Amino acid sequence: MVTIAVDRVRRVAGEVTDPEIPVLTIDDLGILRDVRIDGSDHVDVDISPTYSGCPALETIQADVAQRVRDAGYENVTVNVVLSPPWTTDWMSDAGRRKLREYGIAPPRSRGADMRLLQLAVECPVCGAAHTNEVAHFASTPCQALRRCGSCSEPFQHFKEH
Amino acid sequence: MTAVAVDPAAVYTLRHADDCLVLSHRLAQWSSRAPSLEEDVALTNIALDLLGQARALYTRTSELDRTGRSEDDHVFQRDERDFVNCLLVEQENGDFAVTVARQLLFSTYQLETWRALGGSTDRQVAAIAAKAVKEVTYHLDHATQWTLRLGDGTAESHERMRAALERLWPYTAELFETDAVTDDVVARGVAGDPQRLRAAWDSSVDQVLREATLERPSTSWTPTGGRRGLHTECFGYMLAEMQHLHRAHPGARW
Repeated sequence: MVTIAVDRVRRVAGEVTDPEIPVLTIDDLGILRDVRIDGSDHVDVDISPTYSGCPALETIQADVAQRVRDAGYENVTVNVVLSPPWTTDWMSDAGRRKLREYGIAPPRSRGADMRLLQLAVECPVCGAAHTNEVAHFASTPCQALRRCGSCSEPFQHFKEH
Repeated sequence: MTAVAVDPAAVYTLRHADDCLVLSHRLAQWSSRAPSLEEDVALTNIALDLLGQARALYTRTSELDRTGRSEDDHVFQRDERDFVNCLLVEQENGDFAVTVARQLLFSTYQLETWRALGGSTDRQVAAIAAKAVKEVTYHLDHATQWTLRLGDGTAESHERMRAALERLWPYTAELFETDAVTDDVVARGVAGDPQRLRAAWDSSVDQVLREATLERPSTSWTPTGGRRGLHTECFGYMLAEMQHLHRAHPGARW
């Protein structure tokens, strides 16, 4: 019973989208860490920030709380958990695909030895592997600005973190 | 500071929170006036990371000193003498080279500090540090790239970078000072010994300067006092600007 309830709350909470990159849910991002329901139906949801100063976090906290209340749980606490620190390796494959379709190059995956499995950041527009970093930082802390050497299109890259 | 005995760990976290906050505010002052749009975005993104680190550290400080002060209380309701940031971070932005030099010198120090704090016996501090290490690694990379570009660039950029380092170098000695607070937190395993960070800092900074064809400045003047609330003249002006709105309209929200 409790497992079914937890799974349901987890699914509902996980559907909250990132206000800055609305194509991604917090489940895609990998920042939804844990859901617990105690004997008196109090729900605890743990989420992790992508970056310490991420301005989207408070909105996400409020959205998660609202969704869980809408699902019938009046008492909900959304905790911010820092440890272990979030990494882009927790982003789901679905999340990476959605980012690419949205025009943002997804973070490259890392192997068990922490080395990047794929060396090139591919252009999300034409797929070319020859792209250059224009700036370390872009419209959000988690992205960098790049330009494609083939189609010349500038694009954002979700940095490996 | 008040004479009430507070947990030295709270003073220690407050020092680092203030470092993050003050540098964040200085970097935010570049907003709309950096040399290029990309730099405008980069400096304000770094400011945002530092602000996030400051918030986590202020929250931890209030848990340790049991005062219940909010983040806003720490930032807006304290006077100049209550801030315990190092002098380096409060120095004015100057030209872009001064800002780059300050980023290089401070990010190198901060990276070593967070690495050491990753093993802190205070689990919350360790978690904040482990998160911040990844961010500061990126800040240092940004500062390093610019130091190389300016130092090993034109005669004009080299001279500006040289002058910037000479201007800020004296303030780096304070970073490695020890006192009763650091002695206590080091003994309890909350923090690493600041003096032990010095060797790593030296070799990291020296390597960047060498590659950038810049010389390590030599100075015998080592101003200090920030950790005890004694600041340089420019700090009061920065604080007045930062706190004005909040104090003129107590309780205002938007």
